[in-house]
Amino acid sequence: MEFRYLPMTSEDKQEMMKAIGIEDTDELFADIPAGVRLQKELDLKQPINEYALTKELTALANKNICTKEVVSFLGAGVYDHYIPSIVDHVISKSEFYTAYTPYQPEISQGELQAIFEFQTMISELTGLPVANSSMYDGGTALAEAVNLSAAQTKRKKVLVSDAVHPEYQQVIQTYAKGQEIEIIPIKLNNGKTDLIHLEEKLDDEIAGVVVQYPNFFGQIEPMDAIQKLLENQKKTMLIVSSNPLALGYLTPPGEFGADIVTGDTQVFGIPAQFGGPHCGYFATTKKLMRKVPGRLVGQTNDENDVRGYVLTLQAREQHIRRDKATSNICSNQALNALASSVAMSSIGKHGIRKMAEMNMQKARYAKKKFIKNGIPVVYEGSFFNEFVIQLDQDITKVNAALLEKGILGGFDLGKIDPVYQGLMLVAVTEIRTKQEIDQLVKELGDMHV
Amino acid sequence: MSDKNFPLLFERSKEGRTSYSLPELEIESFDLEAELGDVYIRKEPPKLPEVSELDIIRHYTGLASRNYGVDSGFYPLGSCTMKYNPKINEDIARLEGFSHIHPYQDPGTVQGALEMLYDLQESLKEITGMHEVSLQSAAGAQGEWTALMMIRAFHEANGDHHRTKVIVPDSAHGTNPASAAVAGFEAVTVKSNEEGLVDLDDLRRVVGEDTAALMLTNPNTLGLFEKDILEMASIVHEAGGKLYYDGANLNAIMGYVRPGDMGFDAVHLNLHKTFTGPHGGGGPGSGPVGVSEELAAYLPKPLIIKDNGTFSLDYDIPKSIGRVKPFYGNFGINLRAYTYIRTMGAEGLKKVSEYAVLNANYMMRKLEKAFQMPYPQHCKHEFVLSGSIQKKLGVRTLDMAKRLLDFDFHPPTIYFPLNVEEGMMIEPTETESKETLDSFIDTMIHIAKEVEENPEIVQEAPHNTIVKRMDEATAARKPILRYEEGEIS
Repeated sequence: MEFRYLPMTSEDKQEMMKAIGIEDTDELFADIPAGVRLQKELDLKQPINEYALTKELTALANKNICTKEVVSFLGAGVYDHYIPSIVDHVISKSEFYTAYTPYQPEISQGELQAIFEFQTMISELTGLPVANSSMYDGGTALAEAVNLSAAQTKRKKVLVSDAVHPEYQQVIQTYAKGQEIEIIPIKLNNGKTDLIHLEEKLDDEIAGVVVQYPNFFGQIEPMDAIQKLLENQKKTMLIVSSNPLALGYLTPPGEFGADIVTGDTQVFGIPAQFGGPHCGYFATTKKLMRKVPGRLVGQTNDENDVRGYVLTLQAREQHIRRDKATSNICSNQALNALASSVAMSSIGKHGIRKMAEMNMQKARYAKKKFIKNGIPVVYEGSFFNEFVIQLDQDITKVNAALLEKGILGGFDLGKIDPVYQGLMLVAVTEIRTKQEIDQLVKELGDMHV
Repeated sequence: MSDKNFPLLFERSKEGRTSYSLPELEIESFDLEAELGDVYIRKEPPKLPEVSELDIIRHYTGLASRNYGVDSGFYPLGSCTMKYNPKINEDIARLEGFSHIHPYQDPGTVQGALEMLYDLQESLKEITGMHEVSLQSAAGAQGEWTALMMIRAFHEANGDHHRTKVIVPDSAHGTNPASAAVAGFEAVTVKSNEEGLVDLDDLRRVVGEDTAALMLTNPNTLGLFEKDILEMASIVHEAGGKLYYDGANLNAIMGYVRPGDMGFDAVHLNLHKTFTGPHGGGGPGSGPVGVSEELAAYLPKPLIIKDNGTFSLDYDIPKSIGRVKPFYGNFGINLRAYTYIRTMGAEGLKKVSEYAVLNANYMMRKLEKAFQMPYPQHCKHEFVLSGSIQKKLGVRTLDMAKRLLDFDFHPPTIYFPLNVEEGMMIEPTETESKETLDSFIDTMIHIAKEVEENPEIVQEAPHNTIVKRMDEATAARKPILRYEEGEIS
């Protein structure tokens, strides 16, 4: 079998072995103890040519129902948005995608500048002055924020709203275990963080308060009231997980006194791809600048006063801090941050407000339609582009029936907790048309008795 | 401001220029201002650029030309395995049936995706010789931490609460001690001996009842195979600790030896290194974790299982450490790795390791005439040379690295591992031709000659790059981490 990624010819091999002074390449592996050396060939599928493999994997891809062939109302943290065509053209440039981390600034100015621009855009959206070069995803970014709050305040308890994405909550739990941080859940009241419960639990042992804005149920949390509660606990950090698209219209968390804002930029130019890779972001105050996990790009000049960019404040990072590190993240999601930067640039200063607003408008239209057709909408509060409807039926069955009609229904909330049985979280983004929304309402209305 | 400055996209911005193409609203408009009130509507729009589509393309095309990838040239960055990134991988990852599926779709509608993930789990089990594999972790460092959390859960389940220490060789990647710290362990260093291998006497000294695990890269960061691995395994196991394999260097041994057969209890792999997921300028990666039967009960949720030809997500793992990441790992990167494994098969993967090792040894023998080799024995897929001879002539390894830029090479990893003076860690990978290796070797020998005859040209390098050495000290002292309008630098 020929392998097109291996340029070694038998002549090359002979010459190289001669230069090394060996007769057989096995001599280079002689230090592997004989007893554990693999005596058989690995039991893997046979190598396959490019044409046949493409055919096989295309068939495998076609076994999946993709959101391009159905109309999706499924969100719950991953959304179906307009992706400008230019995004993929930019991230397909191999100078970007085949590069390593920009450790050699002289030949990495492209990547470094692109990240610097990403940091600026995230800073603008969140209303905080410092943003890093990105994190794995929204969930781990939030978990890192929780760990940072504990390390910074030297406290071991963190309050986490039950309206934070359930999988993000689970990731927080796992991360917190390593640092022995106690996570105290805060109950909900009408789909939002219960302020009375929050106030009750808030004392001078609390490192941070975590809320999601807009929250998992789409609801807009009472950020001003939360900010007021925290005024009595100056040291306690306010940590907010935000859909960055919503921040194109909503007041940024930085203006509500957030110390750390995290989230996922999947909404900007990154396809769902079965949940990853997406792109976490992490923004914070100047005060915490030197505590930020992950990489930061900073502006500077070269010897000739030409402006340029470098990885900076690396003294914080794991490869320097080693065993004193508070975070071990060593990569970022550079290519996805680039995709999001291109999408944000394309949508632009005014487009972002328009796009966010369009999500809100269309979602309100859908909500009104549901109510008109006798399907209850559960929470009364203001929301972004998601809301909860009550069907009192097995949502799995409802969604199976919708799929027959070419509709990918909303998220079955009963999957996260039996108390939500019969509730569906519906996401309406800017790309849904009036006709699609009308059809969803009609189909659900027909099923709803 | 120098006219050589490449403008930021914000500096190309002009009021009123747009590049978006949003759908029609079609519906009646709701009064959001009345609904939300003043407090919740942002007063100023975020200052994103106002540019045309062509502005954006020109901007990023310009930036791309100011960047260097594997497709640009040789990238012998030790420990990073900068091999060629096959183009079919990119095509497969962009198939709509893979790229546009939602993680919360009913498993019945994503059987193709689950089948691929299951098959990848099985392939990685075979390649590593481990009992189970989880594809959840987003990158190598997250994989390390995930496995350490599992080891911690295992010890705790056995009532071994005093196992608080993780042993890490002095040559280890910086993430090892950092991951140990984040998982709540104390990192303890074990020394290397003169041969560059773990000092067994020192290992016996540091191992004890408080040992949770030993983290080991094999071959290690000097590119040397830890030939006493079986003895190390028994020292650690007899003390009740677990053996952890950092898979950063797996590219050296595929098809020759498997971590599971060497006695390792847990491994992480870097699919973006060994299995050609592109590095993307710093990510995304993927860091699957493989474990022994004993540790399998603690794997993160969910696993992909197959039952009667149907694939599903298994959340029923009662002792699981929980979730380490939302959804199911970095699917898109896992898909690229799977495409690569299918392209190569067992025969191809073994050749990968054979040639990666052959290439590294060839370069080492050619370069030992001009540079000091602190560990002259055969290496595996990478080797570390020392710039100590050149340092005596007043030229640092950093200078030589910068000089390589003038010849259109990406420099090797420098000053790592920490136990080599003026170290330069070279990993050619198997995808580079002999001609490329020879050209790099000739350049290195040329630079060594320059050091003797004309050191200034090396000390002042690079000369041909678009920017010269950057003022990193000022960048750290007075950080500018975002663009501010009207700011002139």
